[in-house]
Amino acid sequence: MDGLDKPTQRNPTALEASPANPPAIRVEQLCRHYRMGETLIRAVDGVTLTVGAGEFVALLGSSGSGKSSVLNLIAGLDRPTSGNVIVQHRNLAELSREDLARYRLHTVGMVFQSFNLIASMTLAENVELPMRFAEVDRGKREGLVREALARVGLQARMNHRPSELSGGEQQRAALARALINRPQLLLADEPTGNLDSRTGTEIMNIVRELNQQLAMTVVMVTHERALAERYAQRLIFLADGKLVGDESNSVTAASKAMDQAGRNRESR
Amino acid sequence: MKLTDLTELAVRNLRESLLRNSLTTIGISVGVASLVAMLSLGIGLQQLASRRLMKSGLFDTVVVTSRRDLRNFNREQERSGPAPGESRILDEPTRAEVEHLPNVLEAYPDIRFITELRYDDKPHLTTVAALPASAQSTDAFEGIQGRFFSSNTAPEAILQKTFAEELLGRSPKPGLDETNVAELAAPLLGKELIMRYAQREKQGTPVEPSSNNEANSDNEALAGAAYSVISREQKLTIVGVADLDPESMRGPTRGRVFLPLGLAETLHVMQPTDLREISRAASDQPVYSSVSVRVKNPGQVQKVEDAIKKMGFNTFSILDASRSIQQFFKVLDVFLGIFGSLALAVAFIGIVNTLVMAILERRREIGIMKAIGASDADVKKLFFAEAGAMGILGGIVGVALGWAIGQVINLGTNVYLKQQSFPPEHFWAVPWWLVLFAILFSFLVSLAAGLYPAGRAARLDPVQALRYE
Repeated sequence: MDGLDKPTQRNPTALEASPANPPAIRVEQLCRHYRMGETLIRAVDGVTLTVGAGEFVALLGSSGSGKSSVLNLIAGLDRPTSGNVIVQHRNLAELSREDLARYRLHTVGMVFQSFNLIASMTLAENVELPMRFAEVDRGKREGLVREALARVGLQARMNHRPSELSGGEQQRAALARALINRPQLLLADEPTGNLDSRTGTEIMNIVRELNQQLAMTVVMVTHERALAERYAQRLIFLADGKLVGDESNSVTAASKAMDQAGRNRESR
Repeated sequence: MKLTDLTELAVRNLRESLLRNSLTTIGISVGVASLVAMLSLGIGLQQLASRRLMKSGLFDTVVVTSRRDLRNFNREQERSGPAPGESRILDEPTRAEVEHLPNVLEAYPDIRFITELRYDDKPHLTTVAALPASAQSTDAFEGIQGRFFSSNTAPEAILQKTFAEELLGRSPKPGLDETNVAELAAPLLGKELIMRYAQREKQGTPVEPSSNNEANSDNEALAGAAYSVISREQKLTIVGVADLDPESMRGPTRGRVFLPLGLAETLHVMQPTDLREISRAASDQPVYSSVSVRVKNPGQVQKVEDAIKKMGFNTFSILDASRSIQQFFKVLDVFLGIFGSLALAVAFIGIVNTLVMAILERRREIGIMKAIGASDADVKKLFFAEAGAMGILGGIVGVALGWAIGQVINLGTNVYLKQQSFPPEHFWAVPWWLVLFAILFSFLVSLAAGLYPAGRAARLDPVQALRYE
């Protein structure tokens, strides 16, 4: 795969998007609280951040830090308790269920740790599915499916079911599906979590390629700092639902802050 | 999502859980089959009854009598229409006029007379009635021995069974309700009857003019209304013996010997009306005591009756009896439909159960679909489409099954009827509208059953659904 094992390009810190790099995502005082019996869980607690268009951002944090919850809110899969998620001048918090579905269909592509392909469908059918929801002409679909699967090197496996494929192949198919409606945002939730390091690298190279060649904004959730440092231009650290660090791709005080937060949690 | 995609996805989802979905579809089929079976039995019985009644000629016939015939006069008729003395005569031009009314198939005069018939040189007195050619198609001649008249003017006679018994000097065997008509017919068919009757013949010369001038002018108006009554004989060949009584509705005036109408008209047999109207009829046109009018279908009897009443005649039909019979069958259909629907109600619960199970099983799949852009409406429609597809498929199989059940029962019953020496009958009817109705009903019931599961699937929280293993 092109770009495999190349060193990561490092960008300057970008807490605020520069005018040349307009914001793709703006998150303002975002909160997502759940009630579990008597207890109030603050999964996301007042997060504010901006992601510039074409940026590759990694959301880092330990388990339960709220990184997946933030990603779900940016993906329009969940609604905030308070605060705003503004993507392309639209506040997701104010969109109807129907508009959110349209947003997920056209603006966002998602990949998950567990691939989330539909087991009863072939790869081609899985990749075609978002186009069915988008009502793309039947005549155009086959070509687009072939093209998308060729991009991830799976054109020979298009009629196979997910269970007949390796984890890496399944994640590549999931990437092809995420990209089929040409979204502006690619949101990846632990995309290499279920893969060995070699396959994980393959997947990440494809993601980086999409980011660089198509100028696609990528937000990736991971708990592997090394992976994030290798591919992301910017690292955002979360702990206990709060943003505890936001830095360009270099080891900084933010990571120390994150460690401190971890220690604090242990002492509680 | 487009309808084609929706259908495709629904069908592929149904194929995935083939056993469970097939069992649910079979449940729907059994429901639809029971509905179709019940309704087609109701419809079949109704059609059988209507066919019988239609063939009997009772329900599409209007009997027209002149208001001048005071024997047929009742209070109601007394109050409506012109006074009897001023009303019209029921003669040939009137008959032709009635025949040209809309929805009238034919209007034929009722010619019947009591006369003597000689068979084997023995006299037998009975009522002779004339029958139109159309009488052949009525039920009354079912089981006839021999045949119907060869033409409308043939010198032929059909005997009612009881008259045949009289000719042969037989009486029904004790202990048996019915005499075997074939035994009666064998010695009679082809034999000759001699009918003696009173012929009305127009007198060649008018009535002698009176010396009184005023009386003379009156008599001129009566010119042509003078008859001779001559005794005649007509040879008739016995061509058939009727098992049933073709004129059972007529009571005491019913005929026991039947002639072709055309022949009866040429005989000019003296009718009671000839005497009554002798002072009125200005021509030798026959005057009828009554005219039977056959209407295209029983639904138009009332209209035709009204039109004839407007012409100034009395009418009679058994329309009201027919109405109550139709009402009975409508009620029967409703009850049978309700019983049939009970099985479909069970199938309804089956669909709900299957789809709710499918939601539990496909929770994650629904989450994935929502994550990649499916709207609530898409998910809802998908579950609806699955329910609808099961409904249509179950409906089609159910109609076929219901039809097959009907055929088997019809066949079984006909075998039984044959053993009991009854003619076979079709009391099972699956009209095309019932086929369409059953499939549509099954589809709608299935959609209704999908309402709750589809709504539940659409409301699933994608984040929760994606966590589900």
